Amino acid sequence: MKYLDEYRDPELARRLLARLRATTTRPWAIMEVCGGQTHTLVRQGIDELLPAGIRMIHGPGCPVCVTPLEMIDKAVAIAALPGVIFTSYGDMLRVPGTTGDLLAVKAAGGDVRVVYTPLDAVRIARENPDREVVFFAVGFETTAPANAMAVLHAAATGVSNFSVLVSHVLVPPAITAILDDPANQVQGFLAAGHVCAVMGWTEYEPIAARYRVPIVVTGFEPLDLLEGILMTVRQLESGRAEVENQYARAVRRSGNTAAQDAVRRAFRVTTRTWRGIGDIPASGLALVPELAGFDADVRFATTGVRTAEHPECISGAILRGTALPTDCAAYGVRCTPRTPLGAPMVSAEGTCAAFHHAGRRPLSTSEER
Amino acid sequence: MCLGIPGRITEVRDGVLRMGTVDFDGIRREVCLAYTPSADVGDYVVVHVGFAISQVDEAEAAKTLAVLSAIPGALASELGEDA
Ligand code: SF4
Repeated sequence: MKYLDEYRDPELARRLLARLRATTTRPWAIMEVCGGQTHTLVRQGIDELLPAGIRMIHGPGCPVCVTPLEMIDKAVAIAALPGVIFTSYGDMLRVPGTTGDLLAVKAAGGDVRVVYTPLDAVRIARENPDREVVFFAVGFETTAPANAMAVLHAAATGVSNFSVLVSHVLVPPAITAILDDPANQVQGFLAAGHVCAVMGWTEYEPIAARYRVPIVVTGFEPLDLLEGILMTVRQLESGRAEVENQYARAVRRSGNTAAQDAVRRAFRVTTRTWRGIGDIPASGLALVPELAGFDADVRFATTGVRTAEHPECISGAILRGTALPTDCAAYGVRCTPRTPLGAPMVSAEGTCAAFHHAGRRPLSTSEER
Repeated sequence: MCLGIPGRITEVRDGVLRMGTVDFDGIRREVCLAYTPSADVGDYVVVHVGFAISQVDEAEAAKTLAVLSAIPGALASELGEDA
């Protein structure tokens, strides 16, 4: 129990764990779909403190990791074009594409810039009217309102040398895809608190009802996770399948409606490929037809990109929750945060990076297996 | 970029877009406040890639910051500092 003393409130953590032990009569598999939650679970060893039988399955909760390889390759191709300033969130720069990453383009003299917000990319476009400024618009529902506003703002203020390479993904269709998989083992979900702060949780209600799975909106603090897991197990043990909110401090049922309105004005729902998982219908966002002029994919027509994952990387199985990083032969040996072979090792939110930062040993060297 | 980082609003500017300055434990950033129209100076907001998305209280902000500090590179990444 060495980990427990590191909690903000070890006594409360102990009580939650005791209640969890008292509640659990059967094995249950619960998935979290938030990279921040994965990180906390692994770092604090929560997955190892849970009663035997409660298994946490780490879902595709890292936006960097699920951005399809084809999009990374397109980004790399566009960034290398003369006259282009390619802007991106910093964590996308080291995601390996088929032939290299954005950092390599930068090292070779490409104008690749890290921005903190898409509004910075719009400002760079305004300041460089003779250049094409492209922004890599990726992420879940948490970044969609920002990217939507950047395009709407560029359109409203006539910044025509600005465009976005859009690869947005949505969480509820991914949950549905996981549940539709005949090999699915997940019996309950922790929904990401911050995604729900934007979107609310009404989209999860029909999923909980149709698939008979409990879904608990949960924060990413250690105590939040313990409470979210307890709420999920209580539902499972009593045969309930409802959406409950553990993270009432920050999330309301309707979410942030102003943000949702902007997302609806800029984007439409589309099929999206998830790296390692494949196509999921209605699981992504693309620009609405009226804003197609701001679509970098159209403006730069990067067709014919051939994609291939690193042969050793099993990130697909990891993102689907059917394998752990420690099952990968390259994990911690040839693949580390400094030399990532796959996307889940790049971002701090990726499952492989979370395992590595927490010091989980490669399978070949761990004693307990 | 997905985690969101809490900070305190120190200034609000109304223009084409409602903007403001937010203090993240000593680091200040310009933030769009269009999605939190009622948040004002002194309030705590969770900011995703330069946009305030939800309002929280001070205790919640402190808790979230503590978790983010424990994730290597997370704070720098949420604040757009080159990794
Ligand atoms: S450890 Fe590296 S190579 Fe293995 S699955 Fe994770 S990212 Fe891919």
